[in-house]
Amino acid sequence: MAVYKQNYKSYQGPLTPARWRFLILPRYSFRAVFDSRLFVMFFVICFIAPVGAALIIYFKHNINALRAVKVPLDRMAPINEWFFLGLFNIQNLFSFLLTALVGPGLISPDLANNALPLYLCRPFSRAEYVLGKLSVLVTLLSLITWIPGLALFGLQWSLEGNGWFSENLHIAGAIFLGSWIWILTISLLALALSAWVKWKPVAGALLFGVFFGAAAFGQAINNILYTQWGNLINLGMVMHTVSVWLFLGTSTNRSVPVWSAWLALAIACGFCVMLLARKIRACEVVR
Amino acid sequence: MQPYLELDNLSVRLGSRLVLQNLRGTFSGRAIGLLGPNGAGKTTLLHTLLGFFEPSEGTARVFECDIRADLKRIRRQIGYMPESDAYIAGMTGIRFVRLMAELSGLPAAEAMERAHEVMFYVGLGEARYRKIGTYSQGMKQLVKLAQAIVHGPRLLFLDEPTNGLDPPARQRMIQLICDIRDAGDMRVILSSHLLRDVEECCEEVLILKAGRIAVYCNLEEERKANRKFLELETRGEAAGFLERASELGCEFAQNRGRKIKMVLPDHVEIRDLYLIAAEQQLQIRRLDYKRDSLQDIFLRAMESGHGGL
Repeated sequence: MAVYKQNYKSYQGPLTPARWRFLILPRYSFRAVFDSRLFVMFFVICFIAPVGAALIIYFKHNINALRAVKVPLDRMAPINEWFFLGLFNIQNLFSFLLTALVGPGLISPDLANNALPLYLCRPFSRAEYVLGKLSVLVTLLSLITWIPGLALFGLQWSLEGNGWFSENLHIAGAIFLGSWIWILTISLLALALSAWVKWKPVAGALLFGVFFGAAAFGQAINNILYTQWGNLINLGMVMHTVSVWLFLGTSTNRSVPVWSAWLALAIACGFCVMLLARKIRACEVVR
Repeated sequence: MQPYLELDNLSVRLGSRLVLQNLRGTFSGRAIGLLGPNGAGKTTLLHTLLGFFEPSEGTARVFECDIRADLKRIRRQIGYMPESDAYIAGMTGIRFVRLMAELSGLPAAEAMERAHEVMFYVGLGEARYRKIGTYSQGMKQLVKLAQAIVHGPRLLFLDEPTNGLDPPARQRMIQLICDIRDAGDMRVILSSHLLRDVEECCEEVLILKAGRIAVYCNLEEERKANRKFLELETRGEAAGFLERASELGCEFAQNRGRKIKMVLPDHVEIRDLYLIAAEQQLQIRRLDYKRDSLQDIFLRAMESGHGGL
């Protein structure tokens, strides 16, 4: 319709498939997220460790290049479970910081500005809304965790050969599974806190509080009761227990049993989903 | 006209409070005004039709789709303008309306085109690249209207659309609603506690009282039903005229000026009044049917007990 013809006209054209409509939310969110220079800078920093790891793998397999930089081969770290576990832990730390940067701004502004009725009065469900918001974090965190992790694994495989691949296939599984568990846990936690407090800065602070405050509280329990069960409320420690088990097949010393760490993660995720189901509603009913 | 909304013994309980009670009826008007005092259940009814609240009993059908089973189909056909401020922080007007169009199922290119059209249509063409946070109250109301109509719904729910608007902005909003109604593609349900808004925009009114339907009527027909109530303005001595009218069975009241309010019995026609006036040498300078205003209908509904269709 030409601008000068300012009459209302109904829409008769085709519609997009409903099942992929949740992906509209990340598309709009990414633009807002990448508008921030601070975020872009931080996002670039998140790739320093994978690039460093790629260089190590490359130098490890290129004696001439290693001689050129004057580093003896025996001083290079072996490329094994420990190497990938170290990288996994570094990237998890960055992914936590990235979540703290992006997560609080995903739901709380919608709740604060009463935008949920606008989303939910359309053929768009609460589950799709949460899925859309979750996919923002999942995509960003995947880009800095399991995707570079598996790319490095592939690089090592291509340089080392099929023998190394068949011996270390479990590392790829650990990178993929461990990253997904971590991504889902912190993403759900960030969204739940964002929905709960409705105020972006507080939601960010609360995310740090949940990790570091709970870790301190758990340590206090450990010290007072001479136990390790306090670690169960320390999400970082719980995830570390699970990831060590995934990469090395053993449990860490001075930690809780692996089964209880899995259970703690499942409970944390379940609690976040419950909180989201309670808070993501078009209208709040005051009873 | 084909009914598009059917309430079938619809009840809604929020917490321990029964907010809507056994609503029944079929509705087909182009523009229906939803009236009622605060807490009567107007917004709850709209929210229930949108699927925000689940009925505790009964059901409702919008365009023959049941709200218990076909919510997505219903929502595809509805545009909703909420009562309170509602927007997505940090977005420009055009981007916000485009997002809403895409969420309603429009492909990205069409959504963009429609968003521009609708922003011009509601009068925000020049301000479409400004962030919504910087909009005035009137502009925020207009952008809410834009997002409600961008996907071309068949039914439009407007919840207090003139809230917080100054008189020119209110007039603009009313004009837009009338335009949309007259375009014929869209039915409108307008919830308001401002009788004047409803009177200007709607052909039918549904008055809720304490969660029940007190009155559902067509405004024009309701007014026609009171044709025997007249207001006359006369020149000359009216005493004889009134005496003769009284003999015919007319009831009247005369104020200090020359205005007379009169109720005619069934057997008396207007012509009879002119004959008496000629006989009494009285000039009838003006004669109006005193039509029931919406306020009269509303007050009657509030005074009476629970009504029903």
